Amino acid sequence: MKRTSFRYVVPGVAALALTLSACGAGNEGSSSNGSGNSDAPSAASGLSGELRGAGATSQEKAQEAWATAIQGLNDGNLTVDYQGIGSTDGRGQFIDGATSFAGSDSYLKDEELESARERCNGNVIEVPAYVSPIAIAFNLPGIDSLNLSPAVIADIFNNKITKWNDPAIVADNQGVELPDADISPVHRSDDSGTTKNFTDYLGKAAPDNWSYEAEDAFPVSGGKSQAAEGTSGVVELITNTENTIGYADESQIGDLGTVSVGVGDTFSAPTADGAAKVVAVSTRVEGRDATDMATDVDRTTTEEGAYPVILLSYLIACENYDDDTEAANVKGYLSYIVSDEGQQAAADAAGSAPLSDEVATEAQGIVENISAG
Amino acid sequence: MSTTLTTKEAPAGGDPSPSWISERSGRGDAIFKGLTIAAAALILLALASVFIFLFTQGFAGFTQPAEVYSKYGSSFWGYVWPLLASTIVASLIALIIAVPLAIGIALVITQYAPSWLSTPVAYVIDLLAAVPSVVYGLWAGIYLAPKLVPIYEWLHEHLGFIPLFGDVVSSGRSISTAGLVLAIMILPIITAISREVFSRTPRLHREAALALGATRWEMIRMTVFPYGRSGVISAVMLGLGRALGETMAVVMVLSPGTLFTFNLFSGSNTPSIAANIALRYKERSEGTLEVLIATGLVLFLLTFAINFAARWAVARSERKLAG
Repeated sequence: MKRTSFRYVVPGVAALALTLSACGAGNEGSSSNGSGNSDAPSAASGLSGELRGAGATSQEKAQEAWATAIQGLNDGNLTVDYQGIGSTDGRGQFIDGATSFAGSDSYLKDEELESARERCNGNVIEVPAYVSPIAIAFNLPGIDSLNLSPAVIADIFNNKITKWNDPAIVADNQGVELPDADISPVHRSDDSGTTKNFTDYLGKAAPDNWSYEAEDAFPVSGGKSQAAEGTSGVVELITNTENTIGYADESQIGDLGTVSVGVGDTFSAPTADGAAKVVAVSTRVEGRDATDMATDVDRTTTEEGAYPVILLSYLIACENYDDDTEAANVKGYLSYIVSDEGQQAAADAAGSAPLSDEVATEAQGIVENISAG
Repeated sequence: MSTTLTTKEAPAGGDPSPSWISERSGRGDAIFKGLTIAAAALILLALASVFIFLFTQGFAGFTQPAEVYSKYGSSFWGYVWPLLASTIVASLIALIIAVPLAIGIALVITQYAPSWLSTPVAYVIDLLAAVPSVVYGLWAGIYLAPKLVPIYEWLHEHLGFIPLFGDVVSSGRSISTAGLVLAIMILPIITAISREVFSRTPRLHREAALALGATRWEMIRMTVFPYGRSGVISAVMLGLGRALGETMAVVMVLSPGTLFTFNLFSGSNTPSIAANIALRYKERSEGTLEVLIATGLVLFLLTFAINFAARWAVARSERKLAG
């Protein structure tokens, strides 16, 4: 038996290796062709060596695109190694000094900030790098879009509203033929920043209906609810099962119907613009360094067109590094990421929402001050 | 998981080293002896280091603040028992389905089928073991689970008064589906070993039974089963070890929740221990890692206990056979 499995594994590994190397080559090719309109920041070129970062898995796709692009800008002399090990570990490794920067779905906690300041011998940089609208997607044959208020969404996900033709849903969706079917809410089975942001939204936008804390693990279970692993798992389960509704990265949901969420008196569909708008109107966390753009996302904004169900992911770095090369590399890479070109590259590769001009300019100003010594 | 059982033949005679074995020892013997001892020691070393890792790293997991356990309970045992229960339920379903099937297949291959049929069938069964669990997971999650929903619905409708057949999750991703996939995964292991021990039944025993006028089924009951019992138990234990520890397929097939229930069709049953580790490991909060390692320790001890029980059962049946 052992021998049979080996016989299959060896050629399999070889084939995989070939495919992977082919993929890598393909990516490099496409990035050199697809040049943006705006120029990359000057700090992003003339770099060499290796830059190590780690953290949120949500950023992985975008990090891949950024790493490939900056490698191209520096004629292959700079390699960026970003490991998607999760936000918590990413912040931990950065504080331990194992990596030069971290990607994280939530900003540093106060006690983490203390240790990060020690690691940096000074100011800690936190800039928003990756904003992604979280779509609430459903599978109802023949229906592409529904209007749901935060309270109704909360009640659906905590199993209080159980039928698609519930009066609360019908009220906001005049003229849509809703079936007399059980609602099956789908959530992530693994711990995830997407879940944390989604539950944060429900808790803040519908506090009377959603009593749970913002958490990486989805708090509700039972009823007709279901769970699947990863964004792709959730999307696949919804796609294959009628009468389901779930939440996932907007770029990944394919042809599924999407919910326009209630914002003020109107309903907003998940769009990049709407997401960027929310980041722009959100308030900063108080008592932080000037280099720290930690933001509490304003989930209750009433701004028309804003889409408050978003995931906001940060880059965390130091303002000062001991090593000249490290400082130059971090500065170059981060300033590329928050530049128009970097944000566009992430939008193309991962479907994220580019930062609004105002936020991007402020972030650019912060990373430009990264220095050595 | 590590299930190390060997099928021991009943001791043939009393004398451990017959006179015709040469006492002269060459250099080759010494080297070979050293190598085999090293191999055996290495296994023990690996096992010991896994255990030490689980124990030292996981020890803190027993006494974390209550909110770390809040997903399933308020203390470590409150956290681990639903996971343990799901692990055992899924593995039991797998065994209930796989063991009779595997023994049946092994009997067909060794006792009933002509060799032109038994060889390719045996080969195909072995091939099942070469399919990676992630492929089983994909297949079962996307294709098999929705196809099982009508069967579950039927069972729920007609036998719904039994708590096992409760409400059916609409995607079919329940612990029963996970158990079914595990059954398919452990089938080749149990079949291959059972086949091997059944084919070793002494020809004389079988022919004697047939000569006494036994039907083929009676012959199998009188000679093949008693002779192969210890081997089949070992096979089942190996399969069970695999089922208890299987991670990827369960993660991909099961729609887990936080409440353990005996409803086999529920979409919010707790995941198995291994699946829970895989699901919680990446984006974890503080203290969770220690708890996860501690649950790994519990699983390790469970497998250990089951192996000891199996060894005991094998030894007992051997004694019976000899006596």
